[in-house]
Amino acid sequence: MMTNPGNRLTQGQFSFLPDLTDAQITAQIKWALSHGWAVSVEYTDDPHPRNTYWEMFGNPMFDLKDPAGILMEINNCRKTFPNHYVRVTAFNSTRGTESPAMSFLVNRPKKEPGFGLSRQESEGRMIRYTVHSYATDKPENERY
Amino acid sequence: MSEANPKTPAADQKIDLEAELKASNIQDVLDKLDRDLIGLKPVKTRIREIAALLLVDRLRRQFELTSETPTLHMCFTGNPGTGKTTVAMRMGEILKRLGYVREGHLVTVTRDDLVGQYIGHTAPKTKEVIKKAMGGVLFIDEAYYLYKPENERDYGAESIEILLQVMENNRDDLVVILAGYKDKMDKFFMSNPGMRSRIAHHIDFPDYRPEELLAIAKLMLAQQNYRFSAEAEKAFAQYIPLRQKLAHFANARSIRNALDRARLRQANRLFARRGHELKRDDLITLEAEDFLASRVFREGKLDMDGDEGANPPSQR
Repeated sequence: MMTNPGNRLTQGQFSFLPDLTDAQITAQIKWALSHGWAVSVEYTDDPHPRNTYWEMFGNPMFDLKDPAGILMEINNCRKTFPNHYVRVTAFNSTRGTESPAMSFLVNRPKKEPGFGLSRQESEGRMIRYTVHSYATDKPENERY
Repeated sequence: MSEANPKTPAADQKIDLEAELKASNIQDVLDKLDRDLIGLKPVKTRIREIAALLLVDRLRRQFELTSETPTLHMCFTGNPGTGKTTVAMRMGEILKRLGYVREGHLVTVTRDDLVGQYIGHTAPKTKEVIKKAMGGVLFIDEAYYLYKPENERDYGAESIEILLQVMENNRDDLVVILAGYKDKMDKFFMSNPGMRSRIAHHIDFPDYRPEELLAIAKLMLAQQNYRFSAEAEKAFAQYIPLRQKLAHFANARSIRNALDRARLRQANRLFARRGHELKRDDLITLEAEDFLASRVFREGKLDMDGDEGANPPSQR
């Protein structure tokens, strides 16, 4: 049974929806900025769900008032890594929260091979399951 | 397509400029500008022109008469204390009301904020500042320091290059205002002709006349809940031309400093006659003696600082 046609990566917000347009991305960033969250752009070609820390594309952007600057960075990142996953993260630095408040994908590779489920036999008849991204069989930068 | 967009008004429909003007609150801003800023005729004229242009642009858009967004990058030149920064601060608000910029905040930077210290440091630094200013106004004070022709390895040129690119490509996102003294800015533009041609509005801030400076002084005092007594106003009117002749005269800034020193002397005067009854009026009124104690009157020299004038040597 094909549960996720196209094997689209479903991480972060809006990932089950069609890709956001630039206008929609701008609106989302505006929401983040209106809360005073610092927005940053990150990319990776290893989309394993446990790969929490993606590479930062430039520094997080503090004290911005308008989404135009962030959209500019997003487009720079898309141009530099057209076949990587790119996500936008909004960090809420309020004491007690201090964690990302928003995170959504803004760029995906053209072809996403998806993940395979691998099983490992262990003691007794126990089986350990894990997921494995087909793309990561290749070396970095050749994956997509 | 024979059918025009149903939203577009018919070509012969009357245009209500008055209603559009009301809707935009521009008149409010312009009136406030007239009230709060004294003198500065050429500046106000230019702002009025820009406001008119943006308003007409908006009307044209209703008729789908598209034209390119006008460049609003500006250069303010003028002597110290002529109100360049004050006007720049207002500019953000004005442009926001006119719907030209989205946020209308002002980011003030100087060379330090734009130019890095080592190779590869300048571009990210400049870009970060530009990103912060997007949606508002980027005000580069003393912009002529950006370019140092005597040092060919100076990183300022790199910063200027990035700025030029952004000024051209992100016209909708950002308004850049350069400010500086006239002669130095002229030299700056000579060596950066690209910069000159990308700035549409070169506005020169004239020096204030003595009566304008007096009006400014009154406005400043009113904002701080002080006022002149009748004699004090006369004394200050005499003070202004005397001070103007001395070195380092910085227009409104010198006036502000003179007022600050007068406040100091007033406080000292009130303190000196302890035991007497004090009324609210005493607290807000600056008397003639607060000004006449200034070295400008007594010796025709500058007050060294507030302290100098506050304690005349005879009392020490």
